[in-house]
Amino acid sequence: MPMALIELNNLQKTYRVYQKKEGLRASIKGLFKRKYKEVQAVRGIDLQVEQGEFVAFLGPNGAGKTTTLKLLSGVIHPTAGSATVMGHIPWRRENDYRRRFALVMGQKNQLWWDLPAQESFRLHQQIYGIEPDTFQHTLDELSDLLGLRELLSQPVRELSLGERMKMELTAALLHSPEVLFLDEPTIGLDVVAQHNIQQFLKYYQEKRKITILLTSHYMKDVAALCKRVVIIADGQIQYDGSLSGIIDETTNRKLVTLQFADPIDKRLLGSLKRFGHIVHHEAPRVKLGVTRDDVPAMLTAILDAYDIDDLIVEEPPLEEVIADVFARVSETSATQSELGLSRSNDTQVGEAE
Amino acid sequence: MTTAVSSSSSLSSRAKTWWTILRISLEERFVYRGDFALGTLMRFLPIITQVFLWGAIFAASGNNAIQGYTANAVVAYYMLTMISRAFSSMPGLCSGIALQVRDGEIKKYLIQPIDLLGFLLITRVAHKLCYYAIAIIPFTLVFYLCRGFFENGWPEATVLVAYGLALTMGFLLGFFIEASLGLVSFWFLEVTSLVFVYNLLNFFLSGHMFPLDLLPEWANQMVRLLPFQYLAYFPAAVFLGRIEQDELWFGLGVEACWLLAFVVLSRVMLNRGIHRYSGFGG
Repeated sequence: MPMALIELNNLQKTYRVYQKKEGLRASIKGLFKRKYKEVQAVRGIDLQVEQGEFVAFLGPNGAGKTTTLKLLSGVIHPTAGSATVMGHIPWRRENDYRRRFALVMGQKNQLWWDLPAQESFRLHQQIYGIEPDTFQHTLDELSDLLGLRELLSQPVRELSLGERMKMELTAALLHSPEVLFLDEPTIGLDVVAQHNIQQFLKYYQEKRKITILLTSHYMKDVAALCKRVVIIADGQIQYDGSLSGIIDETTNRKLVTLQFADPIDKRLLGSLKRFGHIVHHEAPRVKLGVTRDDVPAMLTAILDAYDIDDLIVEEPPLEEVIADVFARVSETSATQSELGLSRSNDTQVGEAE
Repeated sequence: MTTAVSSSSSLSSRAKTWWTILRISLEERFVYRGDFALGTLMRFLPIITQVFLWGAIFAASGNNAIQGYTANAVVAYYMLTMISRAFSSMPGLCSGIALQVRDGEIKKYLIQPIDLLGFLLITRVAHKLCYYAIAIIPFTLVFYLCRGFFENGWPEATVLVAYGLALTMGFLLGFFIEASLGLVSFWFLEVTSLVFVYNLLNFFLSGHMFPLDLLPEWANQMVRLLPFQYLAYFPAAVFLGRIEQDELWFGLGVEACWLLAFVVLSRVMLNRGIHRYSGFGG
């Protein structure tokens, strides 16, 4: 079997965090003896990504998404497991590898603050050894696509957050990386800027067929860009598949909205409860959560019994479904550690001088 | 492409990279024109207090020379240490490295094919060049007005060459010492107190505060074993002709050894620090 472009096998990363208790006394004690807590940020991730895929990492804060991207870009090395990207082991940080990928972090600035972005770009040209013609061509193309032409000679500190993010993206793409890691590229941006960046990424990825891993909290980013979604929670992969598949696989609920011709009274609401639970009601509408298999029978019964003006059957919103998955994961891991099950060695409190 | 071609082109492309970094940091420096002009002028203030202080010391002692320094020679010495310090002092280098480690900006050097120490060195050269470009005007003026303090006039050509070497190595030594200090932040995030201790030691032991040959013999011997003297005293003493011809080349040799030691130290610390950083932090 040929190797995938990005391959992770049982990748693990444990951080050691200094546990400081409150108060001055504890601070002084901490000078001599420190307690460290081991935090397993990534607990064993197996993942294959093929060339040209656009994959989204979804997960709550602290789930291990950013840690995974840091491992893949070689900023940190793992506690256990292995990974290759384009045949390179990332944390060896070979220049051959570093010329072939880019990492963009939404909250980190790589450009020179007081100088026009153009100057930072020229520096990138030299660092990555980009031929002058190629450089000019790429820069023209990127600044046209992102609408940056007029802004290139303005000091970076005078740009808006959205403009700066576009500049960061340009800087990262100048050397035409084959693999791009994006950590929250749209964080803090307004809807228009978010949309622009999504459009750009979509176009660029389709045209260049590069491989992109993206983490984001905005479901809109994910829905607009990625066919494949990997849900990470508690340092492990909880789901890996298509966006629409998340709903099929993780919930058996549908939402049914009914608009009644007659006024809704308590008796009516009471009798609706046998079909499912009432999510929301605001006369003349009632929204019900119903088990998928029960929907046809329920509709027949209701249409028989009441005068219905309008009717909508829909999937629950993606955000809610995913929030359910996150909640379930944190519940199980909490119960397991309470019962002292499997992961009892997760958090070891050790002492060190 | 043959290996020979690729290696020569990689050398020229590396030179180009350095040139670009230099040019860009020059541009960056010139953004802060006002700060610059003021900083340069302020450098001359301390020397005025020194002139008064030493005037009083000579008046009180009743001698016209202390350990071979006349009142004029002392003033000349202080003016020359200003030049030494203009080369060897590295404002913000150590704390800058610590800040980059602390807020994670150091990642940039792990992700991009670029060397942290090389990059910092070039930007520092740019800072210094900017500084000299502006400072040369007040420096020339002050030295011209104070030319009377230099009783021996210009030194001979070989001494001037040695002086140039001492200043250049003083710059590099200052850079690599402070870079090593800054890299300590991989182990201890906060290095402010370390910098404070270093600056204090530097002030006393480099000859910035007084000419080192005024120290008692035993103290002088000890101070000569340390690298600090090359940051202020040594170049000034070379210019004033206080160092014998054969001692001169030996001194430069020792300075080169210190420089090499700190180059190696900073390199080892950077490698270990990054290893540690990528193991624990990130």
